[in-house]
Amino acid sequence: MKAKETKMKEIHSAPSKKGEIHPMENLLRMDRMPHIWCPSCGIGLAVTAFASALEKANMDPNMVSIVSGIGCTGRVAGYVKLDSFHTTHGRPIAFGTGIRVANPKIKVVVFSGDGDLIAIGGNHFIHAARRNIDMLVVCVNNFIYAMTGGQVAPTTPLAAYATTSPYGCVEPPFNIPYIADSSGAVYVARWTTLHVRRLINSLAEALQKKGFSVVEVISPCGMYYSRINKLGDGLDMMKFYHDNVEIRHGEDTKNLDIGFQTKIICGKFVDRERPSYMERYNQWLSGVKGGSRDEG
Amino acid sequence: MKADPKGVLTGSHTLTGNHACAEGAFAAGCRFLGLYPIVPSLEISERFLERAPEVGATFIQMEDEVSVLAAVLGASWTGKKSMTVTSGPGLSLMMEHLGLGIMLETPCVIVDIQRVGPALGMPGRPAQGDMMQARWGSHGDYEIIALSPSSPQEMFDYTIKAFNLSERYRIPVALMSDAYVAHLQEKVVIPPAEEIEIEPRRYYKGAKDKYLPFKRDKDFVPRMVNIGDGYKFHVTGLTHDDRGYPVMNEECQEYNVHPLVWKVRNYVDEIIEVQEAETEDAEVIIISYGATSRAALKAMEQARKSGVKVGSLRLVTVWPFPEKRVAELAKKVKAFVVPEMNFGQVVLEVERCSYGDTNTFFVSHGENGVENTDDLLSAIKQAVQADKVESGIIEFNKGV
Repeated sequence: MKAKETKMKEIHSAPSKKGEIHPMENLLRMDRMPHIWCPSCGIGLAVTAFASALEKANMDPNMVSIVSGIGCTGRVAGYVKLDSFHTTHGRPIAFGTGIRVANPKIKVVVFSGDGDLIAIGGNHFIHAARRNIDMLVVCVNNFIYAMTGGQVAPTTPLAAYATTSPYGCVEPPFNIPYIADSSGAVYVARWTTLHVRRLINSLAEALQKKGFSVVEVISPCGMYYSRINKLGDGLDMMKFYHDNVEIRHGEDTKNLDIGFQTKIICGKFVDRERPSYMERYNQWLSGVKGGSRDEG
Repeated sequence: MKADPKGVLTGSHTLTGNHACAEGAFAAGCRFLGLYPIVPSLEISERFLERAPEVGATFIQMEDEVSVLAAVLGASWTGKKSMTVTSGPGLSLMMEHLGLGIMLETPCVIVDIQRVGPALGMPGRPAQGDMMQARWGSHGDYEIIALSPSSPQEMFDYTIKAFNLSERYRIPVALMSDAYVAHLQEKVVIPPAEEIEIEPRRYYKGAKDKYLPFKRDKDFVPRMVNIGDGYKFHVTGLTHDDRGYPVMNEECQEYNVHPLVWKVRNYVDEIIEVQEAETEDAEVIIISYGATSRAALKAMEQARKSGVKVGSLRLVTVWPFPEKRVAELAKKVKAFVVPEMNFGQVVLEVERCSYGDTNTFFVSHGENGVENTDDLLSAIKQAVQADKVESGIIEFNKGV
């Protein structure tokens, strides 16, 4: 079979209007706008908060790499102007671990959803936390598999409806901060997309933290979760967060279960020091003859 | 480019195949190993870990083989030559990221020390049952490069060759060995670093804002950059354009994925290596690879002594398969005899590429006595006696 040069037609998304400059143009891929997320979705807010946090934490964008898995939040890596990887379902933490261990100068951010990180990727999540890999994990939790059209997730609250729980969810959900905490994460926080400023501060803090940091971002899914459960649109969800979120810094992560339309506890729950994987690795290496390694 | 002397243990050694593989990796410039323990590949990892500090290599033991290859791909994008070692059950779990490696065109080496399967099979015993899985195991269309060593020396040589091919074609390369060769201990000569040819990574050297991660160069391979070099590139496992952005249509699928196949198929003459012996006047040719080549060469000699003109075609690269050469030889010989430590895999390709011009005998080679030639010699005898070309593969029956 002979190779042929197929000329690619311009397959661009609609370019932004001339002269218009987005304030985050240096951190977002404007040539990929408009994004795929539905009206009322909270993922865009989480991305904006993350971009602000990068600036706030004064991170060198050349030295930050973002890895996403699959799903709605899995698309984040494609919109952020960093060395960015859209990988396989559930494996961004594993992919990011390889980056971090091979080049400890790179700050790795894993940005993905609850289904990706906690269901299919659950094993990688707990092991990266156990190793204390230097990595920020932003887990957007919308309580449902949205990309595939609203299936039940390991975060779907008991009794909530989904296309694969037509009589209400019968499985108790995971409490993400509790898993992160008990697996060894050094920084664990939860916010909703309503708490933008607190979320930015938290992400900025977590970015500068050495070790495995987890920020859970509760996000509305107007198209599936809210529609299937008749909870109104995105604005109604934001109102719900406004009325039902309680901020309790330092709360024991055991107490952070989320029920169907019950109170959501937000805050910074864990902020501790523990030697990171690279610190221990270097310590081991310095004891071995001839070993030398970059600071990590 | 010549090898970095830091990784080259020049001299004459007595090494197992597994240890020779680890030395080959260091000599090739491999500086990252992702691993998950599995018999019978473990000694590669153990040797690698032992020597890693002095060579300046890094490693991590992951939680499963799924995450191992994901980590290897991530590591490769930092600019470090990366590999993993495994066996059948692990290779099954790696199929997901073999596909991602193909799609992201990420150089890396996967060493598979084949053991008896399916499922758990017999963990420490040799087999060649993963050959088709290496070729077809991940979903979707792709081509793969797979090499098969038959001695510790070749474990060293072909590990280097595997890395060189993976950099040249920006593709994961499989080194398909087996428990026999892996645990065999023989003399291995490691040449001085300046005598080892290394294929350097093909980097992009243009303006930062003009970088396109999947724009094919004249050699059909897109240029790479490293994470942290300031290119802020994007890559995705979705069907994508030159920028690495997803495009969901047939046209882009053709543009993006068809070349993943061409970049191997168009270069088969450069990639394929076979070793021929006494094929000139042969009436029967044994086609073999890996450990069974040892029996094949012995059987060839023994048959020649008894007056039967037998030749040998050894596949160094099993994938891509040397279709042209097999078809040429099929016109000249009475039969091909194909020994494999499985129940018939690569023999399917041999039969296909004979296009009905000759008989194809399959010898299921037992793991007991890998170098035993009895069955092969009986099959050769049967092959010589056949007076017409049968359709399909003729399975050598030990009872006959």
